[in-house]
Amino acid sequence: MNNLIILPILIPLITGVVLIFFAKNIIAQRWISAISGMITIVVSFMLANHVYVNGIQTMDLSNWEAPYGITLVSDMLSALLVLTTSIIAFGAVIYSFKSIGEARERFFYYPVVNFLIVGVNGAFTTGDIFNLFVFFEVMLMSSYVLLVLGGTKIQLRESIKYILVNVISSALFVIAVAYLYSVVGTLNMAHISVRLSEVGSAGIITVIAVLFLIVFGLKGAIFPLYFWLPGSYYAPPAPVMALFGALLTKVGVYSITRTYTLFFYHDAGYTHQLLQILAILTIITGAIGALAYTDIKKIIIYNIIVAVGVILFGVSVLTPESLTGSVFYLIHDMNIKATLFLLVGIIVVITGTSDLNKISGMINRYPALGWTFFIATLALAGIPPLSGFAGKLMIVRSGFETESYIGAFVVLMSSLLVLFSVMRIFIRGFWGTPRAYKNEDEAPVKWLLVTPAILTVFAVLYGFGTEAIYPVISTAAETLANPEIYINAVLKE
Amino acid sequence: MEILMALLIGILFMTATYLMLSKSLLRIIIGTGLLSHGAHLLLLTMGGLKRGAAPLLGEHAPSYVDPLPQALILTAIVISFGVTAFFLVVAYRAYQELGTDNMDRLRGKEGHE
Repeated sequence: MNNLIILPILIPLITGVVLIFFAKNIIAQRWISAISGMITIVVSFMLANHVYVNGIQTMDLSNWEAPYGITLVSDMLSALLVLTTSIIAFGAVIYSFKSIGEARERFFYYPVVNFLIVGVNGAFTTGDIFNLFVFFEVMLMSSYVLLVLGGTKIQLRESIKYILVNVISSALFVIAVAYLYSVVGTLNMAHISVRLSEVGSAGIITVIAVLFLIVFGLKGAIFPLYFWLPGSYYAPPAPVMALFGALLTKVGVYSITRTYTLFFYHDAGYTHQLLQILAILTIITGAIGALAYTDIKKIIIYNIIVAVGVILFGVSVLTPESLTGSVFYLIHDMNIKATLFLLVGIIVVITGTSDLNKISGMINRYPALGWTFFIATLALAGIPPLSGFAGKLMIVRSGFETESYIGAFVVLMSSLLVLFSVMRIFIRGFWGTPRAYKNEDEAPVKWLLVTPAILTVFAVLYGFGTEAIYPVISTAAETLANPEIYINAVLKE
Repeated sequence: MEILMALLIGILFMTATYLMLSKSLLRIIIGTGLLSHGAHLLLLTMGGLKRGAAPLLGEHAPSYVDPLPQALILTAIVISFGVTAFFLVVAYRAYQELGTDNMDRLRGKEGHE
């Protein structure tokens, strides 16, 4: 029992509610959300430290004990993800001050961002499958609002598609929970795992596993289900795009990781094979998309899909090393995607376009922006000392060890294609003859560059500090590889 | 009873799919409503359709119903109401802004105004 667990959910919730009362006072809104963001980071850090020192922490809401009530569980993986989420959310909020525009700020932008964080942190923390659905809905509802806020034509059009896709996937989620409940008669995730191992490998469990893969795959954008993502993520402004790209898809990936390591590891021959094939196809289609477009937003958006594929390939291999690699890569990717979207946002603010053909020679006037972008792209592709490398190395190595040669090879090749796709932005956008852009003088570049620069520093430190961070990450992966640790911590047997 | 429910759920899903494949935005929204109702009924059926007293301990009834599926669909119904209401508002705004509720004509060039 530890009350620290609920604070990263509770603080943004209370902040969001309080901010509604300050709707017209933009300065107050900014201060309150910045301060609460900072407190959330501190609390999440304390939580992660506590979990690392004392093992998995659980909290039974209203003192209803584990299999009966809703349990919040903070293992190393969820604590790390909550910490990363809090940092990115804080960065996006600071960035929003000078980029989101007063019109959106007046219409409850900051409260909705806080509610989004409630949903994301809750989804990472909860230990109850139906409660996961509820937090998903909190998160999705906020994302609908963020997507449509501003009401331009493209936003409205993409919102309709996005809402429709997610309503259908929510209905499928309820259906999957219904089938699961009829088989195991419980909703507590640890208890489900125990019951499923008693049932053994029946056909119905495989059906449920695939249903969950479809539901979470829609959120996480895996191969045949990513079609809505490039359009929807293109529409909103940069900080919203950073929040979506860094957090929303990763919640889907986290859920797949959690369910496929905790519940469905008995019949790994079928389900994990399927996951592996889909992950490989996800990487390939993402890479094709990233190469096909000359629009900088589109290139980064397709890189989300590549990363999802890489992480899930690591999960599908299901060895302790590959899981460590996946956790490494997951956290790295949340950080670096937020950075890149924020940097792309600056480029769009300066030039007024995201078409690569209309941009060139920006390095002359904006050297800091250019070099930050350069380092971020190297980190994205996983050039050795930087943060993407360690995770990818572990995933590829365990891929070769378990004789999944095709997958490991595709992951290797994807690094090259990813590097090529983003280096194109650097070469064509930053080199070449300088041009004059319309917003050049008004753009608050210095302010906007602060958060992506800090996040880039994190990426560098995360890469150089791999040795230091490794024990933390491997604790997280150990829980994934041995579900008993999680079960014992929750059910206290 | 279970078979009857299964048929009802099937019909709801069928109607929902048909409506969601149509072009009019309003029909699509009605389709999503029916889809979530079908899912809720499925959840209730999968929890087991038992007869019995309300699950209050202390009343010595021979059997109790399972309260969990009911609690779950209550939550799910509230959520689907909220989402449907929001969807209707977005659809109305889109109709105002884009001047059509036909999904075919809503399709712009991807990534552009």
